[in-house]
Amino acid sequence: MITLLPGPVSAGGVTLRNHLVLAAGVLGTTGASLLRILRSGAGGVVTKSIGPIPLEGHPGPCLVPIDCGLLNAMGLPNPSVEFLDEISSLAGQPVVASIFGGSPEECAAVCRWFQGRVAGVELNLSCPHASGFGSALGTNPSLVEECTRAVASAGLPTWVKLTPNVTDICEIGRAAESGGASAIVAINTVRAMRISVGLRRPVLGNRFGGLSGRAVFPIAVRCVYELYDACSIPIVGCGGVSRAEDVLEMMMAGAVAVEIGSAVMEDISLFSRIGKELYSPDGIPAREIVGCAHE
Amino acid sequence: MSEGLPVPARITRVIPETPSVATFEFDAEFSFIPGQFVMVWVPGVDEVPMALSSASSITVQRVGDATAALFRLGPGDSIGIRGPFGNGFPRGKKMLAVAGGVGAAPLLPAVAAGGVEKVLLGARSRDELLFREKFASLASLSVATDDGSLGLPGFVPELLNPEDLASCDAVLCCGPERMMARVLALLVGWGCPGKGYFSLHRYMKCGVGICGSCCIDPGGLRVCRDGPIFSGDLLVEGEFGRYGRDAAGRRCPV
Repeated sequence: MITLLPGPVSAGGVTLRNHLVLAAGVLGTTGASLLRILRSGAGGVVTKSIGPIPLEGHPGPCLVPIDCGLLNAMGLPNPSVEFLDEISSLAGQPVVASIFGGSPEECAAVCRWFQGRVAGVELNLSCPHASGFGSALGTNPSLVEECTRAVASAGLPTWVKLTPNVTDICEIGRAAESGGASAIVAINTVRAMRISVGLRRPVLGNRFGGLSGRAVFPIAVRCVYELYDACSIPIVGCGGVSRAEDVLEMMMAGAVAVEIGSAVMEDISLFSRIGKELYSPDGIPAREIVGCAHE
Repeated sequence: MSEGLPVPARITRVIPETPSVATFEFDAEFSFIPGQFVMVWVPGVDEVPMALSSASSITVQRVGDATAALFRLGPGDSIGIRGPFGNGFPRGKKMLAVAGGVGAAPLLPAVAAGGVEKVLLGARSRDELLFREKFASLASLSVATDDGSLGLPGFVPELLNPEDLASCDAVLCCGPERMMARVLALLVGWGCPGKGYFSLHRYMKCGVGICGSCCIDPGGLRVCRDGPIFSGDLLVEGEFGRYGRDAAGRRCPV
C-alpha cells in the first residue's frame, strides 16, 4: 500500500496535524472527550453540532448498530452557547465547531460565538432528521448559498457539510462555493429506517434517521468524486472510513482530508492505528494522489 | 459491526420490591457480568439505561417519564432491550459491597456471584431498603436508614470502617452519587481510592460509546463503554460527586 509523508495538512483554511479528522456528532459533546481524541492521534476534531438554543434531542432509541453501519436520529441535542465553556481548554488546537441554525441569520449568529475560539466552523446543512434544521435547508441550493454567505462573512474558515439525500449533490456543492465556503464536507448520513419485527414499529424514537458507517462508504466516494469535478474548493471526505486504504481511496476521489466517525465505535484508538499504517518518512506527498482517480 | 437492534422482551412478572421500586422479569435471558447494563426501550416513550438485576430482570425506581411508563406495563406487555453493555464489577475473593437505594440492583447479582463477604445497605427508610433479605442470605449485612427506622440512623458510608477496608480486596459501590462520593472520600482518607469500584449513572443516548453524551471529566471516559464501573483512582479529580450533564449536554449538579 502507498504511504504518505507525515506533516501538517491545510484543508480549507484549517491547519490539521494530519489528514484524519473526527467527524461531527461523535464524542464531541465535551471538551475532555475532544481532547482525548486529539491525544489519540486525530489531526483535528469537529465538535457536536451547536445551535441557537439548547436542545435535548429526540426520544430514544437514538442509535442502533446494524450489520452494515449505524442508524441514528439524535435530534441535534446540544447545550448551545454554554458549549463555549466546554472548549475553552482547547484554545489553539485544531478544533472545528459544527454549527447549525434554522435560517442564515441564526447560522451566522452561532458562528460569531466561535470567533477567536476555534480553527474554523463546519456548517451542518445536512442532518437528515431534525425538523427545520440541517437538510431542511441543505437540499435547497439558494438557502445553502445564503446560509454559507452569512456564516462565511464572519471571517472564519467555513466548511459546509452536505447531505447525500439529494438528486444532484454537485448543485448543492456549487451553491456552497458561490456562498464563499472554504471547503465542502461530503457526506452526512443517508436517510434510513429499520423496523423492529418483534415490536412491529420503527426502532428509532424519531422513526427516521441517518445511516453511517461501512454501508455508506461507496456513496461518499461517489459524492466526493462528483464534487471534485463540479467545484474548485477543497473537499473533506466523510462517510464509512475505517482503515488506511479507505483514506487513500477518498483522497484519490478528490478529498484533501478525511473525517472518521462511526468506526470510532469499534476502536477508539483508530486514529493512531490508521496513522501508523498511512504515514511513513519515505511516503509520497499527498498532492500526488488527491484526485488522481480523475486522470 | 453486528446487528444491535433491540431484542423484544415480554414482561412475565412485576415484583413490587419497595414503595418506589419494582423488579420487571422478562422472557429473554442475557448473558452478563454483574454491573453491566442494558438500554431499555419503552415503545413510544423513550429508551433508558438500566442495570440488570439478574439475567432476565431489571429492578427499577420510578424517576422519570420512561420509568413511569414502564410502571404502567404488566405481564404480557413487550419492551425492547439492547445490550448488555459496559464493563461490570471486578471479581474477587474478599469484597465489600456498599449499596444505597436502587443502587442495590446491580449489586445483587454481584453478591450472588460470590466473593462479597459483607454488604452495607442504606436507604431513606426501612421500607425502601432494597433486597434486604436476599443480601442477608448471601453475606453479612449491615443497614443504615436516613430516618433511623432500621439499623444505623444516618448515611450508609458511616458503616464503613478502616478495619473492614484493610481486610478486603475491593469495595463495590452503587447508589446516589453523593453517597458514592462520600465513600470515595473515605477511601482517599485511608489511602486506598483504587480499592473502590463505583457504578456511575450518566445521561446516555447510544449505549455503545460513540455519541459522547455520557463522557466524564477530566479524561473524557465514556460511562457507557469505559464504565459504568470505574475504580476510585480514576474519579478522584473530576466531575464525580460534583456535576454531570443533562440531555442537552449542559452541566448540572449531581
